[in-house]
Amino acid sequence: MPKVIAPRNPKEWSLFTAGHTACAGCGQSLGARLVLNAAGPRTILVNATGCLEVFTTRFPSSAWRVPWLHSLFENASAVGSGVEAALKALGKADDVNVIVQGGDGGTADIGFGSLSGMFERGHNILYVCYDNEAYMNTGIQRSGLTPFGASTTTSPVGSETQGNTTGKKDLPAIAVAHRVPYVATTTVAYPKDLEKKVKKALSIKGPKYLQILVPCPLGWGHDTALTIRLARLAVQSGIFPVIEVENGKLTSVMRIARKVPVDEYLKPQARFRHLFTPAGREELEQVQAIADANIERFGLMGAAAR
Amino acid sequence: MKFLPGVPAFPGTSLDNHTGNWRTERPVFDHAKCTACELCEQYCPEPCIVVAEDGKFDADLDYCKGCGICAEVCPFDAIKMVLELK
Amino acid sequence: MARTLEKTQVMEGSRAIAASVQRCRPQVIAAYPITPQTHIVEYLAQAVANGQLNAEYVKVESEHSAISAVLGAEATGARSYTASSSQGVLLMNEVLYNVAALRLPVVMTVANRAISQPINIWNDHQDAMSARDTGFIQIFAEDNQEACDLHYQAYKIAEHKDVLLPVMVCVDGYVLTHSYEPVSLLDQDMADDFLPPYEPSWALDVDRPITYGVMLGPGEYLEHKYVLQQAQKRALGVIEDVAREFGTLTGRMHAGLVEAYRLEDAEVALVGMGSLVSSLREAADELREQGIKAGVLKIRTFRPFPADRIVQALAGVRRVVVIDKGYSLGSGGILGMEVTAALAAHGVPAVVDRFTGGLGGRPIPASTVVSAVLNPELPRSQDGFLDLKPAYLGEGD
Repeated sequence: MPKVIAPRNPKEWSLFTAGHTACAGCGQSLGARLVLNAAGPRTILVNATGCLEVFTTRFPSSAWRVPWLHSLFENASAVGSGVEAALKALGKADDVNVIVQGGDGGTADIGFGSLSGMFERGHNILYVCYDNEAYMNTGIQRSGLTPFGASTTTSPVGSETQGNTTGKKDLPAIAVAHRVPYVATTTVAYPKDLEKKVKKALSIKGPKYLQILVPCPLGWGHDTALTIRLARLAVQSGIFPVIEVENGKLTSVMRIARKVPVDEYLKPQARFRHLFTPAGREELEQVQAIADANIERFGLMGAAAR
Repeated sequence: MKFLPGVPAFPGTSLDNHTGNWRTERPVFDHAKCTACELCEQYCPEPCIVVAEDGKFDADLDYCKGCGICAEVCPFDAIKMVLELK
Repeated sequence: MARTLEKTQVMEGSRAIAASVQRCRPQVIAAYPITPQTHIVEYLAQAVANGQLNAEYVKVESEHSAISAVLGAEATGARSYTASSSQGVLLMNEVLYNVAALRLPVVMTVANRAISQPINIWNDHQDAMSARDTGFIQIFAEDNQEACDLHYQAYKIAEHKDVLLPVMVCVDGYVLTHSYEPVSLLDQDMADDFLPPYEPSWALDVDRPITYGVMLGPGEYLEHKYVLQQAQKRALGVIEDVAREFGTLTGRMHAGLVEAYRLEDAEVALVGMGSLVSSLREAADELREQGIKAGVLKIRTFRPFPADRIVQALAGVRRVVVIDKGYSLGSGGILGMEVTAALAAHGVPAVVDRFTGGLGGRPIPASTVVSAVLNPELPRSQDGFLDLKPAYLGEGD
């Protein structure tokens, strides 16, 4: 399909069609649209249970213009492994992309086992994790990718504890440990970067992992118009490093031109509101420390990539 | 509509669902200021940014949920969110 | 082209089953090891490694992933296969419902085994029973020849346009999988004749995009279940047709849904499934020698439940003795319940005595069956548990 630079009407060409029932301002719907249009029509999608699956396929409606299969919550990687194996068996594998996608819960928690198996067996599959940092579809419960300090319905703010007490499971590092040849992160604030990474991933044979930060107005408690701004601030504060790791080596990072204190990123989000009370000061400092550690670890402020 | 085996749904059918009736605010595009830079189109979550006959951009009001992202990202201040009055 | 039955050989049940599956030309196999299914999937792995079977063999990391991979492969248009037992079948449970609802004609061998706790690796039917609501067709083999033949038939039944449901071929673990019996396999040409290449009714195909795995609301879900039930009902006829067709081709007639043994003038009918039926036949012969007109009704297909055939077979019998190898705690033996319900619904006046035996691999020799039949008190005492050993039971038990 030729690249459409100035679309007349996305109704006609976008592989991900409007009319889906995502919340207004949903980062994940944007992410899914960008991924699919970068991948092109010769793509089979396997989707885990979650917001994306639910808001795009309420019978008889579908927002997908490519073959799409949803099975269960934790088996998308296994189902995708079967799809890939069948394409090989049928001699059709060469020019068809297999993309398995899910949210942070379906990837890092309940889907972790099948993800690991898919990586270990070396299937030619791109796995995309839409990271909105909680189980949003079921009502904003904490997941393994919920960041330190975030309030969710199962890690709420109370008199004994204030928000999530653990950090994000380092899924990119786990993917690298599985010798996945291409591991990358990005956010929906950088559509060109996202598109480039999807295309690069799909040009590589073997398992690939792409984690995309997708702000969730409802779950994060922010104005629907701020989705892109927050996806940018997450990067510019160091909270969410945007990196590429190829064959185990860090090959690129998105540099932070002007470092932003985490407050600017956290303040517009109700899930971090408690950090701006006296009781939350120490936690706020811990969040800043996490951001600083990321900057140090990946050389985000202009030091040479290691 | 009869179920087919496995109960499939078909491509493009989401377009039958006009989510435009969700919104409380609507983006108004000032074509004088619009430079057709495409940023709004890149960032629309639906996607529902269309190109008008004069080459400038508009929102397809059948689907626009009024999130305000386009107005937020427009570098030329060409998009304003106005209250949707019925 | 040969199109013959191969020479009869004595071989391990697992090996014969693997060889039969191989001749069905599965294109994707995904399996996770669990005793006593292991030999089947090992033989298949060797066949792939030797280039004798042209299949993608996905070495999955769990049974949940095994059936999921098979779901994905079948959905992409490849004939697929898996096998499991006991805990593995339980772990697959939610996916089994998915496979049936998506109308994917997967064939799965279950080497029937008991369910933990405590861990027990020997044969009973609990694992199959746990899947009886999933929409899978379930057929039980009595011996290894039938186990072999069932696999060709399973694909044919599953892939039939009026059915499009997955099939679970139940083979008693160890009892059949690990015993050596004489079997004769179909040669590849005969197998190809009987089972042509898979033509999917739907598949994930970039040239024909379609969405599967949608969300249905309260206004539509009921109808979807009804549609699946109709497919199960249509399978009743297809199973018999396929068995007949197989019989014509090979000269080996297996009953489709049920099989009667000495039931024509019987006053008492022994009812069971799987390898137990061989003991029931022996028991019936012994009872006949003692002057009791006994016969056997072998239930070969458990899902769809062949109520009509059962009612027809047992209409003239005064007493029905069902021996279950599965149990629903808090209620009773499952096969017994279903047989009782079918007879009652059709006004068959026979008395049904329900026994449960064989759990955890406890043998049920013909002599135990004979005693059970001759002892009228036994069904009502001990909840019908055969061969119960008081030494293990506590005060309140």
